[in-house]
Formats: sequence, structure tokens, C-alpha cells
Amino acid sequence: MKGIKLRNYHAAKYDEPIIMEMSVPGRRGILVPPVDAAIHGVVPSAEELVPPAARRVHSPALPEIDQYHALMHFLRLSQMTLGMETGIDIGEGTCTMKYSPKVNDQLARLPQMTEVHPSQPEETLQGILQIIWELESYLKAVSGMDAFSFQTGGGAHATYVNACVTRRYHQDRGDLARRTEVITTQFTHPCNAATPATAGFKVIILPQKNGYPDIEALKSIVSEKTAALHMTNPEDTGIFNPKVDEFTKIVHDAGGLCFYDQANANGLLGIARAREAGFDACHFNLHKTFSSPHGCEGPAAGAYGCTEALLPYLPAPLVVRRGDSFHLDYDRPKSVGKVRSYLGNLEVILKAYSWIRTMGPEGLKTAAEVSVLNNQYLEHLLMQIDGVSRPFAEGHRRFEQIRFSMEKLKEDTGFGSHEIQNRMVDFGIQSYWLSHHPFVVPEPFTPEPCESYSKEDIEYWATAIEQACREARETPEVIETAPHRQAVNQIKDFSQAEDPDRWAITWRAFQKKRNGRR
Amino acid sequence: MDKMKHAHPYIPNEAPGIREEMLKAVGLKSVYDVYAEIPERLRYTERLKVPEAFTSEYELRRHVEKILSKNKTCAEYLNFLGGGCWQHYVPAVVDEVVNRSEFLTAYCGANYSDVGKYQARFEFNSLMAELLDVDAVANPIYDWGDVAGRSIRMASRITGKNEVLLPATVCPQRLAEIRQLCQPEEMAGAIAIRFIDFDPATGRMNLKDLKEKISGNTAAVYFENPSYLGFIEDQGEEITRIAHAAGAQSIAGVDPISLGILIPPGSFGADIICGDLQPLGVHMNAGGGQSGFIGFKDEEVYIAECPLEIYSIMDTVKEGQYAFAEVRAERTSYGLRDKGKDWVGTASGLWTIAAAVYLSLMGPEGMREVGETIIRNARYARDLLSSLPGVKPVFTGAHFKEFLLDFSETGKTVARINAALLERRIFGGKDVSTEFPQFGQGALFCVTEIHQREDIHRLFEALKEVL
Repeated sequence: MKGIKLRNYHAAKYDEPIIMEMSVPGRRGILVPPVDAAIHGVVPSAEELVPPAARRVHSPALPEIDQYHALMHFLRLSQMTLGMETGIDIGEGTCTMKYSPKVNDQLARLPQMTEVHPSQPEETLQGILQIIWELESYLKAVSGMDAFSFQTGGGAHATYVNACVTRRYHQDRGDLARRTEVITTQFTHPCNAATPATAGFKVIILPQKNGYPDIEALKSIVSEKTAALHMTNPEDTGIFNPKVDEFTKIVHDAGGLCFYDQANANGLLGIARAREAGFDACHFNLHKTFSSPHGCEGPAAGAYGCTEALLPYLPAPLVVRRGDSFHLDYDRPKSVGKVRSYLGNLEVILKAYSWIRTMGPEGLKTAAEVSVLNNQYLEHLLMQIDGVSRPFAEGHRRFEQIRFSMEKLKEDTGFGSHEIQNRMVDFGIQSYWLSHHPFVVPEPFTPEPCESYSKEDIEYWATAIEQACREARETPEVIETAPHRQAVNQIKDFSQAEDPDRWAITWRAFQKKRNGRR
Repeated sequence: MDKMKHAHPYIPNEAPGIREEMLKAVGLKSVYDVYAEIPERLRYTERLKVPEAFTSEYELRRHVEKILSKNKTCAEYLNFLGGGCWQHYVPAVVDEVVNRSEFLTAYCGANYSDVGKYQARFEFNSLMAELLDVDAVANPIYDWGDVAGRSIRMASRITGKNEVLLPATVCPQRLAEIRQLCQPEEMAGAIAIRFIDFDPATGRMNLKDLKEKISGNTAAVYFENPSYLGFIEDQGEEITRIAHAAGAQSIAGVDPISLGILIPPGSFGADIICGDLQPLGVHMNAGGGQSGFIGFKDEEVYIAECPLEIYSIMDTVKEGQYAFAEVRAERTSYGLRDKGKDWVGTASGLWTIAAAVYLSLMGPEGMREVGETIIRNARYARDLLSSLPGVKPVFTGAHFKEFLLDFSETGKTVARINAALLERRIFGGKDVSTEFPQFGQGALFCVTEIHQREDIHRLFEALKEVL
């Protein structure tokens, strides 16, 4: 890429000890409210209040640290984390690493959110119930579905809800004994295979043909055993399946339900919906498409939507409106029951609500269009790099992300997407993500330059890939020993994490295994 | 694409000319040349029926603040609700750290770009391990009920058996999640749930009934300490011994804030320990602060059957450096899809950092002291409230921060009492008369370190008026 200068970056590197190593007996990080003197006089001691068999004998070996140094330690750890906001995070495709507006974080930190107990009477929860009810109406518009539940704690959790709804639906029709199979596709997120399996279904994974799920295979697989189809579109490759409505029809004709994993919805907002493609249910990741921050992997929310026919089976309670007030409806005899306590991660729901209110109908559609255009531009830049290819569906455009391959680079240099990944982080950008398993695309990487990224970001990112690929050819030792500018050097031997004698999941296990002390 | 006068603040490439420049570079006239991949019949051509965008951040803030002001808070009202989400003090430093942009916005960055996140996570695992007295702790998932269900599924896979024994006093909300994960009876892989009776005086598990019901089909015995209804289950060691004698796993659910004074289940050999992190430095967030943790023995069989991500400290090429990597990643659903162990996904990672900071600040003394303050405040409140005419504690034995009172003899329902308390700006104890009708007009009160003597007396005086 011409004219793009890679930064002379180095990560914060503190050689920070493990917090247990900082302990000095007698230091304290915070003081706890003591028992009131008047209570002290009349209530037995804590020791007397705990039956002997339930008493803790040895103090937990927690560190003893003063407040300033505890804070310093964790601030240093935060600085040794690129996150999304200090390093361009185009690389974590399918995750839609979009900007999470600060105003929404601040709103979620108001005491009217943080200091609220979920079992409070309805009349004291009217604000958050209104937010839930309104967000439901917006997502109904975006998807064409008739109802939403926000109870789940993440995207995979929503696919689990669908497996539970599927189970309840067929059970309600007396058909569960026969409906034992759930079908999904190879390029759909693995949770769509895993969650129906956890719910007790046999899972069949449709093969792909030139990057598209094989419709002939589907026809040969569906039967009276088919309980449901779980699929995404575009798939994780970025390829849009134009026959999606034929897929849903084939499954419906066999008596199965169709679920649309909308993890890849960012390029489709206001463009295409689950309803028109014939789906009975879908989900959105509010922490991806709708901007809520990813939070080191949660708290998150998978908003689960469905048609009128499946509404009776949704997890309880649902928020309903009566006149000007909002209520929790627990009286849902056909409901699958609970998948999570209370009403879900409401702070995530609030942030998604605020984001939609900042975008409006135009903004949502523009976000989709720009995310797709950004992706075309990134593709244009990456496909000029020797060693990078884009398998499947030649002649067809990808939507908001692409699964690329470094197979040729690997053949030419011996370095593939793992090795280049280690080097990319030396340029001050977040590590890219490769692919779900199994790697159908060899040496994969899957960038997603959503609407938050500028043209300059995209160029910078492509330049970093270009530079790393060039180094693979010209200065292989640089790639071989990467990273060079991160908080730590290369991990010596990954087999350590496979070996029970050498892995150490906690500090105390490390002390025992490494130092034989405890 | 319609031209706008200015770019949306969240969409830099909407600035005039940029899209045209990019379109030109890629050889397209419009982004709709890409959308041509979508057949006409699948296109949505109407304007999305969502409200028009606010024209400024300020207007958005005013709008959302106005809606949220309809919520009443436990800062304005005196709160005695617990039952799975609890009001504890969140130290300022915890908020400072979890609100750091790097932690708040990080996701799955690989081994080298988010080293600090991985170290904080490893430290969380290490701190929890000390609290629970085990050597292995996994990355948490959604909440206590979910992780209890997964613990039971782990035990079922480990033992090859398909029945679990639960105390009849288990939290109904948790039980609903457990039922979901154990599958309906007609499924081939269903795990049957059987309930063990309890001692009516103390709430503790009836060990005679346990011995009668445990069998060669039992995969696990699950129990809670402190229990949902507040009492202390001091028979953990004996329950574990009975479970092991029958070839079953012992699973303990715990409230981690009790573990400065209550026995950690690892000490008496419980195999799997689970619970919710929310008490350790996470705001209630109207139920959005839940996070289910799980710890177990550092034995291959537990690692192999655990569905969640597990991390190890790793050596780098430079001596003395700490790095981190996932242990046996291939066993999860990311590695094996439907052949993996249950599933794993984005859940509650940020709260591991909150809990790590909380435990680091508290240290062993802080955890002991907070336990002492809670248990003594709660006993004081139980004794005081029980002195009201017609108010009786359901269980008379030891309890931690919650206690169940029966108001039947007052002639008033908990619903009516709580409505009257609400008028006095008090959230009364959780009404459990529907969940546990056998305890009459039962209300579950939660008293913690945030309650001062005057708060408890305010509740007492209000109840005196109401009853």
C-alpha cells in the first residue's frame, strides 16, 4: 500500500508479577464496615454463629496489598491489553468489533441501572421495562419477527434457546419422540451444532459446495426426523446464500422449524430480514451488531426473536404493555421456562437501545452499507498481496466479512496464518481471528471492517498484512520469532497447555508443579 | 446511498467523497452492486420502522435519563431483597478498573495482544481457587443456575450415570435452569432429577433420606451452602462422603462472599464447586451482574469434561516471563461443534476482572471481616424481626445473610406487607409464598454489610406499623 507508514509501536510491558507475588502480610486494600457496637453487644460472635463443621479453618491465601498498588497492578494489566479502542480491531471477524459509544456506557452506569434489584416490584422497574419493550419493537422491525426475549446471556445462549423452543414445540405437538435431528451448515457458527446437541438432538452438518451449503444434500437429509434447521446467512465466509428461502421451505415441508443465526447481520440492517427468508426464529448479538461492548467476552446478550407461532414457547417472563405501564408476564404455560436468572443482561440491552436511537432508520441502513463497502475495499487491498487468496464462489461478492486464506504464503514460505497473526500485533493492531474449526479453508483469517473503521484504518490494516507477508519471504527470522513488540515474547511450547503435569490453571497449582511448594 | 451533510459520528467513511473513492477503487458503482447477490424477493425495501435518530448525543442522554428515572433504586429505597442477586458494597477501585476501555472493549484477542486481560483472568482463577480451596477454576459462564446444570452434566459424563439428587430447598430459578440442561424425560440423554427431604427445624438436608435415595444410578449429589433460603448446610463433608461411597460426584453451590468464614467445599473433598460471582464486586445491574463460576480438582477427567474455557500460565522463550494459553481447547464446542462438551460462548468475562480486583483489595482479612459483619447483622435482624407478634423464623438454626420469616400468624400476606413497606420506601423480603407454599406467608430477607443498625431498626419500626 502506498503512502501508509506502519507505526513504530511497542506495547506497554511491565513484567508485572502475578498478584500473589505482591503480598505483604498486614497490608489492606480496603476496609469493611464493622459490626455496629450496639449489635456487637447483643449478637454472638461470628464463630459462634457458624456451626463447627461449617467453619473455615485456614484463611484463604489471598494477597495482602494496599489500595494504590492493587490499582497500579490492574491498570498496568489494562495497559497490556489492546482491546478494541486502542488497536484497530478489524481482524476479529464475525465478532463485529464496532465502536461502543461512551455515552451508552455512562447511561448504563447510572444508579437507576446499577443499584436496581431485579426482584423489585414492577412499579419500581418501569424505566428498564420500557426500554426492553421498546427495544423489542425495534428488533421486530429489523427482523420481521413478532416477539423477542432478552433473557439469554450471549449469542450461543440464544441458539440454545432455539434448541429448547424447538424441543418444546415438538413436545407440545406430541412429535418429539420422532423429531430427533437438527441440521446446520459447515460455515455456520459451531454453537448451532453444539447447543442442539446439549438439548438432546442428533446434529447433522450439511457439507458445502463452492462455499454454499449444499441444497441437494439438504433435500436428501430432511425427513420426518427433522426437528429444525440452524443456519446463518451470509455465512462466516461472507458469502450470501441466495437460495435461503428454498432451504427454509424444504425444512418446513418436512415439518421442521428454521432458525436464523444472525451473528452476521451487520451488512443486512434494513436490507434483508429473517421474515422474508422464511425463518421461524432468529437472534441478534446485541454486543456485536448493536454496539454494546464485548467486555472481555461478556456480559453479552443474544436477543431471540420468533414468529407468533413460537411465541407461546419463549422463556418467561416477557414484558407486556398495558396502557402506559409495563408488566412482567409469567403466566406462560407453554414456555420453555428459564435459561437464565431474572431478565438477562439489562445493561447490554440498554446500550443496544441507545445505539439504535442514535442511528435511526437511515443510520442503521448506512451502517450496513458502509460495512459492506468497507469490506469490498479491504478485499481489494488484500487480494493484491502475494500469498493471500479468497477461496470459493468466484465471481460473487462477499458481504461484511471474508474468510481469506494464506495457503499460498504457507506453500511459498512455510509461514501461514498463525505465524502472521503473531507478527500483526507488533504493528499496534488487535490480533486477528482465524476461523472456527475444522479449518475448511486452509491457513484462514477472517477480517470484518465494520462501519466504525475509517478508510485509513483499512489501509493500515492491509499494509500490516502486506508487510508481514513480505517479511515471511525476505526476513523469515522476524516472522519466526514474532511477536517482538508486545508485552511478552513468544510462548515456548504450546504442548505445555496439553500436559496435566505441566499446565497450571491457578497460581497454587503452578507453585506445586513448578516449585513443589505449597 | 443518500448523501448526508455530515458523517454520522460513528461512521467515519460517511464523510463526503470517501465512499465514492472506495467504490471507484473496487470497481463498483454502488454498494447495491454487492447486494445484487440477494434475490429481489428477499429484499426489504421499506424504511425500517424505528424512531428517527436523535440529532445530538445530548438529546439522547436527556431521553434515556428521563426513561431511567422511572426506575427506583436501592440507594433511594432501603432494600432487603436478595435470593440470587445481592446488594453488597462495590469498592471504587473495582469500578475504576472494569470501566477501563481496554478491558471493557477487549474480546477474544489471541495470546499476545491482550496479555493483561489473560493475566487478570489467570489471577481471577488463582484467587477463586484460594477461596474455594481447589486447584482448577474455569472461565465463568452465564449464572449460578446455568453452571449448576453444567456441573451436573459434567458429573453425568464422568460417572456415566443419569440421575442427580438435589435438596428440595434448591432455588426455584436455578432449578428451572438445571431442568432445562437436564432435558425433558422423553429425551434419550435426559438426567433424572430427584429431591432429598430437609430437616424442618433447620432446613439442612435429611441424610437418612439421602442414603435411601442414592443408588448406583446417581451421577451426583448437589447441595448449596448457604442455601437459597439462607440456612447454613454444615453437612457438606458427610454429604460428600455419602456421594463418594455410592460412586457419585459431590457438587457444592456456594455464595463466594461467605467463604471468608464458611468452609470452602474443596476442603472436604467436593468434586465440583459452583456459584455466582455477583457478590464479589459486581453491581446488581437489575440482574445483569450475574456470572456463574466453576472450580474443580486439577485432574484430567475434570478438565476433559468441563465445557468452559480453561487457561494455563505458560513459559515464553524468555525466562521468568508469564504468558497464558488455553488448555485443551479442542474439547470445547469451538473445537468439536456438536461433539464438544455442551457449549461455550460469550458470557460474563468482565466480571472475572471485577472479582479479581475485589478479592485482591479484600485479602484474607477483608473476606473474613465481611463474612463476620454479614452473619452478625443478619442474625441481629432475624432476632429483632422475630420479636414482632405473629412473625416466626421458619428455620431456627444457623444462617448466613438471608433468613426466611413466616408472617402467616399476622393474618396478612407478604404481598400486602411488602406493598405497605414500599409506601415507606422499603423493599421488603422476597415473597416466596408461591415458590414454597409449605412455609406459609414466607418472606426471604437479605441483610449484608451495607445495612447499618439504623436500617434494620427502620425496617422493624415500619413492620410494627404495618402488621
